Amino acid sequence: MARPLADEVRAIAEQYPESTSAVLPALRIAQERHGGWLPPEALEEVGEALDLTPAYCKGVASFYDMFHLAPVGRRLVEVCTNICCGLRGAQDVLQAFERELGVQPGETTPDGAFTLRAVECIGGCGWPTVVAIDDRHRLNVSAGDVPGIVQELRGG
Amino acid sequence: MADVIVLANADERDLRQLAEYRAVGGYTQLERVRGLEPAAIIDELNTANLRGRGGAFFPSGRKMQFIPPKEQIPKPHYVCVNADESEPGTFKDREIMNRVPHRLIEGSLIAAHAIDSQHVFIYIRGEYLDAFETLRTALDDARGAGLFNGVTVVLHRGAGAYICGEESGLLESLEGKRGQARSRPPFPAASGLYASPTLINNVETIATIPKILELGGAEYAKIGAPPDSTGTRLFCLSGNVVKGGNYELPMGITIREVIYDLGGGIPDGRALKAVIPGGSSMPILTADQIDVPLEHDALRALDTFLGAAAVIVVDDRACMVQLGLRVAQFYMHESCGKCTPCREGTRWMVQLLEAIEAGDATHSQLDLLLDVCDRILGKCLCPLGDAAAMPVASYVVKFRDEFRAHVDQGGCPFGGESSLEDLFAPVDQHTHHPVAEVPA
Repeated sequence: MARPLADEVRAIAEQYPESTSAVLPALRIAQERHGGWLPPEALEEVGEALDLTPAYCKGVASFYDMFHLAPVGRRLVEVCTNICCGLRGAQDVLQAFERELGVQPGETTPDGAFTLRAVECIGGCGWPTVVAIDDRHRLNVSAGDVPGIVQELRGG
Repeated sequence: MADVIVLANADERDLRQLAEYRAVGGYTQLERVRGLEPAAIIDELNTANLRGRGGAFFPSGRKMQFIPPKEQIPKPHYVCVNADESEPGTFKDREIMNRVPHRLIEGSLIAAHAIDSQHVFIYIRGEYLDAFETLRTALDDARGAGLFNGVTVVLHRGAGAYICGEESGLLESLEGKRGQARSRPPFPAASGLYASPTLINNVETIATIPKILELGGAEYAKIGAPPDSTGTRLFCLSGNVVKGGNYELPMGITIREVIYDLGGGIPDGRALKAVIPGGSSMPILTADQIDVPLEHDALRALDTFLGAAAVIVVDDRACMVQLGLRVAQFYMHESCGKCTPCREGTRWMVQLLEAIEAGDATHSQLDLLLDVCDRILGKCLCPLGDAAAMPVASYVVKFRDEFRAHVDQGGCPFGGESSLEDLFAPVDQHTHHPVAEVPA
């Protein structure tokens, strides 16, 4: 049985002089507990724990790219398409994922297994293309690596 | 030997381990300076002429001197370590946190002592999960070894927003808000985090401090390109180059040496077209300008900046209009929306660049694009708008013929063969799934 969200959030909030500072960590925990996104009840829980309105929490969450206000797949595949990766073929990598997963960037596979996203620079520019899978970076990914990666993620 | 400062000994030893870091003299400077007056530390940094490594190049010692004494503002003082490295082309702070986390922690604790602070916050970008975990472990080890001496250190993860690397956006975010830029004054030194005196420094700046104190400021100041560009930088090499990666080198090395001697040159037999010297927000240099030393004054003379020392190499396959479009799309996506020139100007830039790339623009729209850039520059609360306007304006000025060719030919002269052809920008992704669409 997981610790109640409010307890965990309040413990984090104690590290800060003002409890509102715990909004980002609280939203992250709530998102993890709600299948990778923030449904309205998650925003209510965070608000409750930190004495904030759900609207405030949504206002904050909507500012940050790593919070999702719509459902996402069980695995998040994110391909950097900023200039450094782009100069080295990021679009080929992205297109390979589109082919393998059968979805466009921003979409989730019908079985709910994967969400494919293109993302702005995630800070691995010297090792293009950088692909983040559930926030773990894979470096030097080429289009030819993609079928193997997808097979591995499917457990095959 | 003295040429490697921040990453010293990291090749020979696993400096993530506290015992290994201590074995190379780690934390001895912290223990030494805790017996000194804060002013002595600041004097040493001023002698070293340490400048901010996040991009602004502000003198670090002077920044500490701006923090008022507690008698003047009787509030807690805060140290914020800016680990929200997000400028496209930069990935040096990631390397520092992954390989020498204790050097960053030691530097943070020294900085805290220098401004009489008991509270350190390290704001790390959310995308750096591995670095976050490495740093968290190192912090636990250092805390367990009793090195904090009453100072609290909080490791705070961001959640994906470039603007939070800008100091006032970082403070807003750390206070639990949308990371929008603040109006200044008041400056953070007087009224920063929780409206209290706050010192904000980049990871690399902080991680340089222990070695400066070990060497002595005067010795450190001999490294690099004195008097202004003293010491080393972690140069982030990326783009069309054989061996991308981080290279710690004294400032003053030329771009040519970095690309050809260290980076192994341009792959695939292609020709060098341009180099961005400091990260995607910096004005571009052409292939004939690469003998410039990577130091502040020499780059200023060429109307660009060292920035965060991110050297992005562009070969002859890249269409400069597409490059400008992708850069503008990034800053449009990352604009916090507070200041009109940035919020609207970056969108206008994107629209003009799309029209130019599609061959639908007129020659006068090239001047209009420069005019839009000019109307953003210096007119916002923070430099994000400038970060879009400066590079794009430089592409138009330096590659004017290529921009004109798009207009004259009614389309891209690369005919679909540019390396950046159809590069996807996440702004398009957002139009598929607007974040406001929350299911009931």
